[in-house]
Formats: sequence, C-alpha cells, structure tokens
Amino acid sequence: MQHLWLIPTLPLIGFAVNGIFGKRFPKSTVSAVAVGSVVLSLLWAVKVLAALGSLDTPHVEQYFTWFQSGDLRFGFDLQVDRLTAVMLMVVTGIGTLIHIYAVGYMAHEGGYARFFAYMNLFMFFMLILVMAANYLLMFVGWEGVGLCSYLLIGFYFLKQSATNAGNKAFIVNRIGDFGFMLALFLIVIHFRSLEFSVVLPAVSGKPEETLNLIALLLLVGATGKSAQIPLFVWLPDAMEGPTPVSALIHAATMVTAGVYMVARSAPLYQAAPLAMEVVALVGLATAVFAATIGLLQNDIKRVFAYSTVSQLGYMFLAAGVGAFSAGIYHVMTHAFFKALLFLGAGSVIHALEGEQDIRHMGGLRKKIPVTYATLMCAGFAIAGFPFTSGYFSKDEILLAAHHHHPWMYWVGVVTAGMTAFYVFRCLFLTFFGDYRGHHHPHESPWVMTGPLAVLALLSLGGGFIKIPQYLQPVLPREETAHDLSLVVIASSAGLIGIALAYYLYVLKPALPDQLAQSFRGLYRLVYNKYFVDELYDAVFVRPTVTGSRTVLWRQVDVGVIDGIVNGVGAVARIAGGVLKLIQSGNIRSYATWVVFGSLFLIVAMGLLVVNTAAGGAR
Amino acid sequence: MDQHLLSIVLFTPLAGLAVLLFLPGENKTLIKLWANLVAFAGFLVSLPLASRFDASNGGYQFVEKAPWIPTMGVQYIIGIDGISLLLVMLTTLIGFLSILSSWTSIDERVKEYYAMFLLLQTGMIGVFVALDFFLFYVFWEIVLIPMYFIIGVWGGPRKLYAAIKFVLYTLAGSVLMLLGILTLYFQHFKQFGYYTFEVAALMRLDLPLGLQQWVFWAFFLGFAIKVPMFPFHTWLPDAHVEAPTAGSVILAAVLLKMGTYGFLRFSLPLLPKASIDQTIVQALAVLSIIAIIYGALVSLMQQDWKKLVAYSSVSHLGFCTLGIFALNPNGIAGSVIQQINHGISTGMLFLIIGVIYERRHTREIAAYGGLAHVMPKFATVFAFAMLSSAGLPLLNGFVGEFTILQGAFEASRTWAALAVTGVILGAAYLLWLYQRTMLGQVTNARNLHLPDLSPRELAVFAPLILWAVWIGVYPKPYFDVLEKPVAQLVERVRPSYFTGQVQAGLTEHRAP
Repeated sequence: MQHLWLIPTLPLIGFAVNGIFGKRFPKSTVSAVAVGSVVLSLLWAVKVLAALGSLDTPHVEQYFTWFQSGDLRFGFDLQVDRLTAVMLMVVTGIGTLIHIYAVGYMAHEGGYARFFAYMNLFMFFMLILVMAANYLLMFVGWEGVGLCSYLLIGFYFLKQSATNAGNKAFIVNRIGDFGFMLALFLIVIHFRSLEFSVVLPAVSGKPEETLNLIALLLLVGATGKSAQIPLFVWLPDAMEGPTPVSALIHAATMVTAGVYMVARSAPLYQAAPLAMEVVALVGLATAVFAATIGLLQNDIKRVFAYSTVSQLGYMFLAAGVGAFSAGIYHVMTHAFFKALLFLGAGSVIHALEGEQDIRHMGGLRKKIPVTYATLMCAGFAIAGFPFTSGYFSKDEILLAAHHHHPWMYWVGVVTAGMTAFYVFRCLFLTFFGDYRGHHHPHESPWVMTGPLAVLALLSLGGGFIKIPQYLQPVLPREETAHDLSLVVIASSAGLIGIALAYYLYVLKPALPDQLAQSFRGLYRLVYNKYFVDELYDAVFVRPTVTGSRTVLWRQVDVGVIDGIVNGVGAVARIAGGVLKLIQSGNIRSYATWVVFGSLFLIVAMGLLVVNTAAGGAR
Repeated sequence: MDQHLLSIVLFTPLAGLAVLLFLPGENKTLIKLWANLVAFAGFLVSLPLASRFDASNGGYQFVEKAPWIPTMGVQYIIGIDGISLLLVMLTTLIGFLSILSSWTSIDERVKEYYAMFLLLQTGMIGVFVALDFFLFYVFWEIVLIPMYFIIGVWGGPRKLYAAIKFVLYTLAGSVLMLLGILTLYFQHFKQFGYYTFEVAALMRLDLPLGLQQWVFWAFFLGFAIKVPMFPFHTWLPDAHVEAPTAGSVILAAVLLKMGTYGFLRFSLPLLPKASIDQTIVQALAVLSIIAIIYGALVSLMQQDWKKLVAYSSVSHLGFCTLGIFALNPNGIAGSVIQQINHGISTGMLFLIIGVIYERRHTREIAAYGGLAHVMPKFATVFAFAMLSSAGLPLLNGFVGEFTILQGAFEASRTWAALAVTGVILGAAYLLWLYQRTMLGQVTNARNLHLPDLSPRELAVFAPLILWAVWIGVYPKPYFDVLEKPVAQLVERVRPSYFTGQVQAGLTEHRAP
C-alpha cells in the first residue's frame, strides 16, 4: 500500500481550505495552501515512484466500490504504471511551477482565493484522470477537469466574452462526452467491466468491427477534450481565462488527456485498424489546419492556442500511426515548451499591463530580458531546433509517420516549417524592432521568472529524458530505421521557417502587408479562421435556438398541445352551459331525468360486464 | 413500536395537523414553529425505517395489515421495499425542508397553509407505502386536494387557472386509472371468488394479453399525466410557475414520482405481459426520449426562470421512464436513483428560485444578471445545484443518468444514443441560465444590494447538498436496497431474463 490516494487528495484539501476559508485568509496564506498542497502532491508522487522502483507491472490500489449494479462493479481504484508515472511527473511538476508563477501573476487580481481553489480542484481531477484504474473513474477526472476549465475560463465572470467562452468549452466537451459515454456502454456490454486490467487484455477475442466502433467513439471524446477537428473550436476562445490557466490546463495538461486516453487504450486501438487510421488522419489534418490559422493571428495567446491545437494534432498523428510512446514523449516536451510559451506570454502581458496584440508590442528584448531569453528557448524547442526537447519528440513522431505512410511525413514536415514560422513571427514582432505601444514595460518578479527559467532548461534539455525507451514495456514501439536524411529534412524545415520569419518580420517588415494585399481572399479566409465558428453557428446553434423557440415551444407546446387541453376545457364549459338549462328547478322533470339516467347506467354497466367477461373468456 | 413504525411515519403529519387546528390562528410564530416541529419529527421517525431496513430481504418490510371495509374487501395494508423506502425518505426530508423554507415567504392564512402541507405529507407517504389498491387510490386522490389549495390560494397571478388545470388534468387520469383498478378487482372475484384490492393477491391474476393491454393504457393515463410524460406535460409549467416555492419543490421532488412509482409498483408487476408487449414498450420509450430532448430544447428557450426548471423536469423524468421501460436491472435501478436525484437537484433549483423571488418578486431571467457578485453564497449553492442536475460525476445526477443510459443501451443502442443528447442539452440550458442570472455585470440597479443567503436558508440547502455528494460518491447503499426488488420486478416481467443471461453467457444485444 503506497497510499496513492494522497496524490490527488492533497490538492483537494487545498481546494477545500481555500474554497471555504480563503476569503478570510491573507493572500500569503492562500498561496501557501495552494502551492504547498501541489508541492506535497509532487513530493508524494516522487516518493511513491521511488518506492515502486522499475514498475514493470502496474501497481493498483483498490479503495472502495463506487457503484455496483447487477454483476457490474465499478471501483474507486487508482493505479500507477510507467505511463501514469510520466503523466504524474508532468502534471505535478508543471503544476507546481505554474502555481508558483501564478502567485506573482495573480497578485493584483480580485478573486485570488477563488482562483487558487479552482486550480487545486483542477489538479485533483487531473490526477484522478491519469491515475484511474478504470474507464469510469477516468471519466470522473475527465468531466472534472472540464468543469475546472469552465470555471477558470470564465474566471473574469464580469466579462461576457469570458463566460461565453466558458460555456462554449463546457458544451463542446459535452458533445465529445457523448462519444465517450457511448463507448463506455459498449465496453460494458462486451467486456462486462471497465477495468483497464480486464478490458485491454481481452480485446484480442472481440470482433474487429466492435473494437473499431468503441475506438472511434472514444476518439469523439478525445477530439472534444484535446481540441481536434471537428471539436477544436472551444480552445482558442478558452484564452479568455487568466494566462496561468491557459498554460496549465489549455496547453500542458488537460488538453493532452485525449492523447493519454488513446495511449492508455493502446491495445484496443492496435486491434482496431480503421480507428487507428482515423486517429492519424484527424491528428494530421488538425495539425496542418491549425498551423495555417496560427500564421495570421495577432493575439499572442491565440497564436499559441492554435499552436497547441496543431501540436496536439501531432500527438494524435503519433498515436494513429502506432507510435503511442512518441505521442506521450511529445506530451511531455510540449508541456515544457508550451507552458513556457504561455507563461512567457503572460509575463509580456503582465509587463504591458494587459496588452495582448503583438502589433502593439515590439522591441521588448532589452526591456524584459529574462522573459525574452526564456521565450526564445521555448521558440527553438517548438521549432524543433536540433537537440532541443521538441526536436527529439517531433522526430520520433515524423519518423513513425514516414514508416506508416511517407506522405504523412511530408505533410508533417511542412507543418513543422509553418510552426517554426508563426512562433518566430510572434516572437520577432514582440521582441525585435521598435516598441509600438505606449506602456512602460517592466520585468516580472522572480516568482514569475523563476518558473520561466526552470521551464527554459527543460525545454532545451528535456528531450534527453528518453520517454519512448522508458515506456517500452507498456507501449511497445516498432524499431524504425533511423534514417538520418529524414531527420535532417525535418529539422531544416524548422530552420527555414525561422529564417523566413526573420526575413519577413525583422529584415523586411513592410513585406507581409504587401503579401496580404496581393492574396486578399486567401488572407481573409485564414485570418477569419476559415469561418468555422460562423459555420457551426449557422448550421447547429441557430437552427436549434429558433427551432426550439418558435416551433417546439410556441407552436407545438403552447399552440398544439396546450391548445387541445384548453380546447377540451372550453368544450366542457360550453356543454355545461347547455346542460345548465336542464336545471329547471321542476321536480317532475328531475324525476324523469333520474329514471332515464338510471336506465342508461344499467345498460352501460351491463354492456361493460359482458364485454370484460367476453374479454376474460378469450 | 416496531410493528407500527410505518404507521407512525405515515400519520405523524396528520396527528400534528390535528393539534395544529386547535392552535390560535393569530399566533403565526407558534403555528410555524409547530409545523416545523411536526415535519422535523416526521423526518426523524422515518430514519429508523432506513437503519432497520434489511436489504437482503426481497419482500415487503414493516408490513401492517388490518381490515378496513370488509364488505368490499378493502384492507389497510402498508409496507415498503427498497424502492418505496427511498421515496419515503425523500418525502419526509423534502417535506420538512419545504416547510422550513416557507418561514418568511408565507404570511397569509398561515394556519391553513401549514395544515395543507401536513395533510399533503401524509397523502404522499401513503401513496408510497400502500399495498392495497383501494388504499393507494385514496391517498393518490388525497394528495390532489391540498396541492390544489396550495397553488390556488398561495400561488401567483394566474393561480386559479393553474390550480384548476392541475386538478382536472390529473383527475382525468386518475378516473381512468380507477376503471383499470376496478377491472382487476372484478377479475379477481371472477377467478378466485372473493373481492380484494390487495396488490399481492391481484398479482396472482392470470389475465389475457388483450385485457392487460387495456388496463395498462388505463393505468398509463393516470401515471403518465402525473409524471408527466410527453404530451401530457402542459399542466406542469403552469402549476410550477404559479405555485408558491414550497409547493413547486414538493410538486417536482415528490409528486411527480408518484407517476413513475405507479409504473413500477402496479403497471409492471400486475400487467407483466402488457409491459413487455413490443408496441407498448416502444411507445413508452419513444415518448420518454421525446420528453428528454423536447423538454430540454423547450427549456433552453424559456425566459421565465421557474418555467425553465419546470421544463427541465420533463426532460429529467424522461430519463426515469426510459430507465423503467428498458426493463432490465440497470435501467430500473437507475430510474429509482434518478427519481431521488431529481428530487434533490430540482428541489434545490426551485428553492433557489424561491430565495431570489422572495427578494425581487420576479422570475424574469432578464431581470437578473451578475448576482454572483452580490450574493456569492447563493451563487455557490446555485452552481452546486446546477452541476448536480447536469450530472457531473461525484455528484448524484451522474450515478442515476449513467445507470439508466447503460440500461437503455442494453435494451437498444438507438434509444441510448438519442437519450445521451439530452445530457448535452441539459448542460446547455443550465449553463446558459446560470450565465444570464449569476454572471456578468449587475445590470439592474435593484439587484445591487440583495442580501445573501440567511443561516435559515443555508440550513435548507445544506442537507440537500450533503445528500447529493453522498449519492455521488458512495451510492452503493442505494444500489444495495434496490437490488432485490428490482431483480424481482425484472424477473416478473421477463421470467427468462436472469436464467437466459446465464445460459447465453455474455449476451450481445438484448432487445426487450
């Protein structure tokens, strides 16, 4: 017994304490509780992992039966295997850094205790998600992180756009859950269990068609949580939340839950080739699609948001081509450099008192040097600059893609070039040239730059933590020939992207506008994100709203159904009015009615008895 | 003591009512105190039912039996199984809380108001414990009277319309149900030579399918109007909107469950052949699914806070009836748990409306906005109720929904897939309501200085919140008490269900 339950429970305690008493605490106490609970959780996780050693078999701890119906038992059971170990370290490690950073970032914001309570609650659910020993408990974490995401996106609840974004995130995720839930029901029917240890080893005996269906339904859930086509639309809007939230939830951890879930279900996906192909295609399509949108965004956080969508696409591509461990590798390195990009962006925004538009930045290199230096590290990592963390994980994915279908590799390479381009476009516009705004930029305090520095080191050197080798026992991978030329091509794409960005935004800053002029139509299409939001609104949202309001409610409910009811009432009233005439007060006419009435009743009851008797006899 | 425990639970409110009538009408505080005391006592005496209930015993417990009208074969038989146990506990708790919630909101005809509530309380408990069909019918009708007055006297501007609609609508249903009951009664005489309304005796009847179908539809009207199932639901929005808060709470939390309970206690076991008849099962499943989706969509568009919650009830009860007509253990157990859950979460949602209505006297959603800023405790409680109602895991709603949908999926994948869309829409209308009322800037100056929840108001919500968490985190005791009665019910309707399962091993797809 390693008391695994402590790992998620510690942040839950932090949530409860700050949630109930936080308003009465000074900020320092709130921060101590919030950061402390996450640090303790990290330390306990380290202790547990140290004690469990090589983890060749999963370590499972069963606590109590959550619910039981018929022969089905769903337990509150946690487990740790190598896959969970990686996720645990990422979640608690990055979580700790971001909590520390947030102490500085949120220092002057209202709702301080509420913010940290939600963050701790998020940690609880995220840890449940990665430690669950069955799909149902995983679903608990899955829904829980969605809730925290909703609460934190809408943290500035006075702003309509923030609460709209929160609702959108929740509802789009619910659409994904539609698939997840149906997948769970299918698994229960076919496996009579939701335990990973029961379901996954049993896939070999099941019909492929069933497995494909389950895997595809799970994928629907994953596209919601991990912002893949067609359900990616909520993530860019989610940037309404405070920046540490974007870093923790909408970049480093929660959005990778879909990748984790697919990797967790690897045996199932491997037995479902059709679903695998779909996973790869969805991932690849999302990677390219989001990258093109990223090319033209001007809000620093939105650039990184589309970049997240795109990078998540890479992870799905990895899973889809069977390189699950490469996907998890990228989950980790992406957590390093994307958390850094967001936190760095937060530091820039903090320095400029809320400015997020890169057109109003520029020349910040000298004014906020630590932020600049660390952000450049993140930029090189995401661009796949040789020997940075992103280089290793991206190569792993692209090589596996090449092994699967060479064309997927080439599309991936082009995407990598675009990624390097738009990230550096953003960095150059922010830090190079002359300052175009009117604030007085100042460097952030050490609580913020400290985590930036740590993440910068991880972004550069984190790739040397060889995740695929570590995961070999849980997520075996095919050894692919290490084709050096493919590696060189992939890295060059990144370098070309950086160079192009340098040329266009540092050397010839007038050129981009001219280009935009000459490709007006295309420019507008991409700039407006292909009008996907508008399309969904016109096709799904508005018909539902007007259909419900005018047709279902006003016409069917009030018009037809209630109309009939009131009609019956009116008929009764009119009939009553007619019958009232009989109430003449004349005793003799009453007597006549009594006789007729009795006769009628006797005949009617006689008929009824005969009928039922006849019915009974039949 | 023990052998009359159930009678004590049943008649405590009535005894309290008898004393209440002798209290001086002008001393409102005394009347309120007494009513609260009686309701609380009613809850306390019901606790031993739960603690002494034996989940391993599949039969009725705490049974009491005495002749009542021997010439007609009417008896006083009461008893509970796991299904009725949960509903009785729901009734005693919600009954007490709604009486507690009325403390400041009712100031006119106080004595009559509490008298009606206590009468209502006995009537509702009676419905859930009666095992004699005549006795059941008496309680079923008794419930109508106090509810009629509660809506009609203490209700809103269109209270008379709503009250009369409520009574006529449900009366129409119960008259047909009475015909069904009488048919069984006469059939029993024909087959066994004596008259009785005892449910256990009526279960021995051997009725041809045609007659069962006829009686089923007669019962159906009675129960479906009560639930209410689509398209018999239009009395509900009116009744809810006009009823005073406590009336709405009781109406949603307990009264509607009389309909679903009727299906479980009478339709299924007494008419097993009709209950698995394909036409009937398909028809009821389709009506349930329409209720789920239609209720949610119409709810989405409401501009009246209370009406929105009322329509959401139609959607939630659709899940409950769908679970019943999945006709398997998951569906039915989930349905009962969801009936309790709906009582808790919708009860909370109506109490929330009551809190705000008492302060602002409007239910117009557009009149609010930004309340989270002014009333943070209220906003937290509301968020809680919303999440519980939307089926967030670790809160009560999820457990019921998941189990029902699992059962529905076993019966038909299409049903389940359609019903799951209700889960999406459920999140949509609740989140949108919350956004429009609680979030954003305070747009109406009159909302700027509203007082937050008082300790008494918090005390009303606290037990419901705790209960929601309990069911969400540890629902096992609930499944335990339901296991036996639900298995018997399934066995009764589908005699080969359990044996068939053993023979076929892991069956793929069991259409009912």
